[in-house]
Amino acid sequence: MTTHSTHAARRVSFRAPSTLGLYYVGLIILLYLPIAVLLLFSVNANTTLSFPLQGLTLSWYDKLFANEPVLRSARNSLIVALGSSSVATLLGTMVALVVMRYNFRSRGVLLVLAALPLIVPFVVLGVALLILFSTLHIERSLWTIGLAHTVVALPYALLIIVARLAGFDANLEEAAMDLGANYPTTLRRIVLPIIAPAIVSAWLTAFTVSFDEFALALFLAGTEPTFPVYLYSQLRFANRLPIMIALAVLMMIGTLTLVLIAERIRRVE
Amino acid sequence: MHDREGSEKETSVRVFDRRATYWALYVLPVLWLSLFFIAPLLLMAAFSLRADMRGELLQSWTPTLKQYAELFATSSFWRLLGVSALMALAIAISATILSYPIAYFLAFRAGRKAGRYLVLLLVPFWTSYLLRVMAWKIILGSDGVLNSLLSYLGVIDQPLTALLYNRNAVVITLIYVWVPFAALPILAALQRIDLSLFEAAADLGAPPVRRFWRITFPLSLPGVLAAFFMVFIPTVGEYVTPLLVGGSEGSMYGNIIQDFFTKAANWPLGSALSMIMLVGTLVLVLIAVRLVRVQRLLE
Repeated sequence: MTTHSTHAARRVSFRAPSTLGLYYVGLIILLYLPIAVLLLFSVNANTTLSFPLQGLTLSWYDKLFANEPVLRSARNSLIVALGSSSVATLLGTMVALVVMRYNFRSRGVLLVLAALPLIVPFVVLGVALLILFSTLHIERSLWTIGLAHTVVALPYALLIIVARLAGFDANLEEAAMDLGANYPTTLRRIVLPIIAPAIVSAWLTAFTVSFDEFALALFLAGTEPTFPVYLYSQLRFANRLPIMIALAVLMMIGTLTLVLIAERIRRVE
Repeated sequence: MHDREGSEKETSVRVFDRRATYWALYVLPVLWLSLFFIAPLLLMAAFSLRADMRGELLQSWTPTLKQYAELFATSSFWRLLGVSALMALAIAISATILSYPIAYFLAFRAGRKAGRYLVLLLVPFWTSYLLRVMAWKIILGSDGVLNSLLSYLGVIDQPLTALLYNRNAVVITLIYVWVPFAALPILAALQRIDLSLFEAAADLGAPPVRRFWRITFPLSLPGVLAAFFMVFIPTVGEYVTPLLVGGSEGSMYGNIIQDFFTKAANWPLGSALSMIMLVGTLVLVLIAVRLVRVQRLLE
């Protein structure tokens, strides 16, 4: 009797996968296939990924840690992303506060100005910045890439923080000020703690935007390449590919960890 | 009397605080964006009016429309712009159609796990774009996974070469890249539909297919339009994907701009080409904003 009923219950709870469900699964497989291929490639003994496989190895990872230029490019990407995401988050927070907490005539203009880098094609912004830097006789370097990244990461930071500011009551600030706090103190003690999770999530988003940005960096890189630029320059050399991919796999794991942390923080809110 | 004076003074201090904070928050971002976003675009506009690259960049020059004249006279530029727009159109339409079922699944069928399914869909986006495209090259290349697998299985004896380095490869890659994203605005639109509408329609005897075409689809149209423009606008300006998988025949308009700033080193003409793209993009965005009414979507 009992076995019968659990059996029936199980049969009820089991639903045949719908066409839509299968479609979703198919897309997920397609999306994760290249990631799986990269993982496999990074432990593949041969320099081409042809079937049948010639054997598995971790030697690419060994070689990676002895390869100075590759590690250097990764370090460069890290520096650029750390710097540009911090600046973009700071500026994004400032714009978000001004736009959400003050009423002024150019409010709409400021919002559009700060969101516009999302829309301008990267090739256009890239060449425009190239013209600016050569006009001012500024050598192309990690700085020029980083400056470009602050501009394109700003809208992401702005939108994330605006959403958070819209979600909490401005009366809290009024209350703090009625109790005698001045406005800067209110910002520091009330507003910033409340939007802190959004600031962290904005920073992480800005970081990932910068970290593998290629379209702008290709125009603005000097002698020191970031990882995507270096990777692009090495694509012609098939025998160097596995090392690059080994590093890419490590970076991918790093980025995914960051994204999942950001998602967790956002969820906790 | 004395008290009121004190509180008035306090209020004016507060107002001063608030204004000072306003300027402190306002000035830096505006300066930054003026210097590194607006100024370069204006310089580019000025550059497109130069006759050539000779002389100091900051030196004054006589503005000329020579570059635009050349641009308008060269049919290959226009053809490529047209081709790029058509490619973007095909990509945007395909990505929107392919993403609709995904959004529908997440909105109405996935149930409580929808949030998790959505994250699963978006996570690959956060891995390097360059690498995902390269992975496809490894899969589709002439000595790649697919060809070696097929010849190993005896299906083919010559590697398939039509898979890479042409316009189709660019189109397919970009559709693939955009589908998960295009699902987002459609999902947002679907989630806003009042479920009682379905019940009402069902009570009145409308069969499921009819309910979809008479209720669900019309109400999701703002999301569909948003998805279309979200793909179309950045795709017209694309240059990286053609660089990676397009080969010599898969170039898009963005690639000639890149060429004029690197290989050909004709910046004034490149600036003029770039201006056309900038203005075109802004016009598209204005049209999109009109059609989609972004404000309503954000509510």
